[in-house]
Amino acid sequence: MNRAALLLLADGRFPAGGHAHSGGAEAAVRAGRITDAASLEAFCRGRLHTAGLVAASLAAAAALGAEPGELDAAADARTPSPALRDTARRLGRQLLRAGRTTWPGGQLDALATVFPRGLHQPVVLGAVARAAGLGPEDAAYCAAYESVGGPATATVRLLSLDPFDATGVLARLAPDTDRVAGRAVRAAREALTDGVDALPAASAPLLEISAEAHAARGGRLFAS
Amino acid sequence: MHLHRHHDGLGGSGAAAHRPDGTRRALRLGLGGPVGSGKTATVAALCRQLRPELSLAVVTNDIYTREDAEFLLREAVLPPERITAVETGACPHTAIRDDISANLEAVEELEERSGPLDLILIESGGDNLTATFSRGLVDAQIFVIDVAGGDDIPRKGGPGVTTADLLVVNKTDLAPHVGADLARMAADAKAQRAELPVVLQSLRGEAGVAEVAAWVRERLAAWQA
Amino acid sequence: MAGLNTRPHRGTAGVRAHARIAARPDGRGGTALPVLAGDGPLALRRTRGTGDEARVTVVGAMSGPLGGDRFLLEAEVAEGARLRVGSAAATLALPGQGGEPARYETRLRVGAGGALRWEPEPLISVRGSDLRVHTRADVAAGGRLLLREELVLGRHGEPPGTLASRLTLRVAGRLLLDQDLACGPGAPGGWDGPAVLGGHRTVGQVLLVAPEFASRPPEPRLLGDTAALVPLDGPAALITAVAQDALTLRRLLSEATAAAEEAMAAATGAAAEAPGAAGAATGAADGPAGTTRADARPAGSTAR
Repeated sequence: MNRAALLLLADGRFPAGGHAHSGGAEAAVRAGRITDAASLEAFCRGRLHTAGLVAASLAAAAALGAEPGELDAAADARTPSPALRDTARRLGRQLLRAGRTTWPGGQLDALATVFPRGLHQPVVLGAVARAAGLGPEDAAYCAAYESVGGPATATVRLLSLDPFDATGVLARLAPDTDRVAGRAVRAAREALTDGVDALPAASAPLLEISAEAHAARGGRLFAS
Repeated sequence: MHLHRHHDGLGGSGAAAHRPDGTRRALRLGLGGPVGSGKTATVAALCRQLRPELSLAVVTNDIYTREDAEFLLREAVLPPERITAVETGACPHTAIRDDISANLEAVEELEERSGPLDLILIESGGDNLTATFSRGLVDAQIFVIDVAGGDDIPRKGGPGVTTADLLVVNKTDLAPHVGADLARMAADAKAQRAELPVVLQSLRGEAGVAEVAAWVRERLAAWQA
Repeated sequence: MAGLNTRPHRGTAGVRAHARIAARPDGRGGTALPVLAGDGPLALRRTRGTGDEARVTVVGAMSGPLGGDRFLLEAEVAEGARLRVGSAAATLALPGQGGEPARYETRLRVGAGGALRWEPEPLISVRGSDLRVHTRADVAAGGRLLLREELVLGRHGEPPGTLASRLTLRVAGRLLLDQDLACGPGAPGGWDGPAVLGGHRTVGQVLLVAPEFASRPPEPRLLGDTAALVPLDGPAALITAVAQDALTLRRLLSEATAAAEEAMAAATGAAAEAPGAAGAATGAADGPAGTTRADARPAGSTAR
């Protein structure tokens, strides 16, 4: 148990570039699909059980020491939108930079050398968690929480939503976040013996479609 | 000198002063200041002035994605591959101060694509008087205010006005029209900044950006020495 | 070939059915079907093909699958063969008695220079049903595939059953796509919300594998704000669309497919002009699988 390191890694202020991304919330706001706290909650719940679950399982598998290249390929296959693949690698590079400086060590340095293009962010998240002395549960929780924390914060800025409403949404999602993290860790352990196909592949059609729309649009506030 | 405030060689940090091959990396200058004070115009003028003698590139931090980058492209001050826009998620000061990772990546991509570079100008999104650049991102910073924003800005101070390595009071040609007292602005700035330099400029005037360009050359010479 | 009336007795474990199709060149420029074995509710019929392409229709799918059923449908297209498979009508996922989910698995294999068009009519998730679908496609380097999947959540005005559909694609042994969509009352929360289906009642995908996409992937393309064509990280592209009804969904998928086939033709042309390019080397000159007849059937048709 290394609870302080978990708090540091899960902190939205951890400088790994996440603040410039809305996790699809800006596109959903523009499309009129998020208009208030209730629709934000529905959005976040759906994202948590799809992209969040996939990210959490990748992170847990990486924290368990699964081969990062295989996890990255599994992440590509679970991310048909090229805009989202680019975003995931960009955020992965930024997190690796922050992780290497925060928890210096040979493992993360090697990751940067072997994968100069970068790896999907959840894969890096798992590796950074490992370097910080954290376990697969911690990594899964970070990924699952991040999958809804980002969109909630972004929506506060996009809609001038009451920040207390946004944190209320996150609190109501806590039981689901627990379930997702638990499921992710079980799948990650399975993947260690059965290969990456055992990882969840939950998909969200509108997240994928709107990510392309967002990438093609000028005048946006968030990069994704 | 303020040049050696940066810390050297920390793993993945962007502040390391040398490239992996041991040569000195490009000098990184930040340009900050309130909306409309003339940051982008100053960057454009600097590019025109310095591009014959230096290999340079620009990173913009727009609030709405690519506006400033597109202005620079339209003005054709640099080829497109030397201008990168960083998206800031509605928080331009976060991207230059609290979480500099996207900017560091942009800087490294520019070096990779167009390097070796002598100078990289990093322009912040128009923000408030408290926004300053992280020392992990830039080696020195210029804060740009203008006379139309109110001649009491130097007196009010704030981290940008008081600590920037260079303070530029822009659009001096407008002073008579907006009733700004240039002498008072200069005196207040001097009082706030002690030894740190101040330049009063009008990009429409004959001298244009020459004085700021001279300051940049000086910094660069010290950096490369 | 087994027809509907030969449907085996239903035990508590449900019906197990395994149907197989194998296609190979007949040596006279056409495609032979040495294996065409329907089973129980999965009845297969060879229907009139065109040119060198053999055509098979899955009939009788109206009767299932019910809860507890396990269907397996396999098709293998050998090197150089061309096969097109459709269905006579929409497939209905129906509730069973034991409350167990039904499983419907499809395994598709395409050899080098082979081409498969897999275009069944929609799958309709009926209220109270619970169906897990898994479609696995394995395409060899130089093989072609067009795979369409359309899911309709509930009959008209009816809430849907529980439906999970996983689609996995490997090209030359490499995993390119793995997606699992879950919806209905048994799915995790948020499936109907703004991140996943946003209240739309139909969702569909068209997966295209074409050798010329290796060197010239199609540009990402949007059709309105509910459909997109994207290049995968390999010689394949994916179209995803959501819509309020099956007709609109079919129209969106057809439009996007036409755009993808245009990109394919352009890449083929470019490859032909540049000998040695990936497309030319893998026989792209034959043209994409069944390009001209892509949308000959009226949208939403379920006629026999």
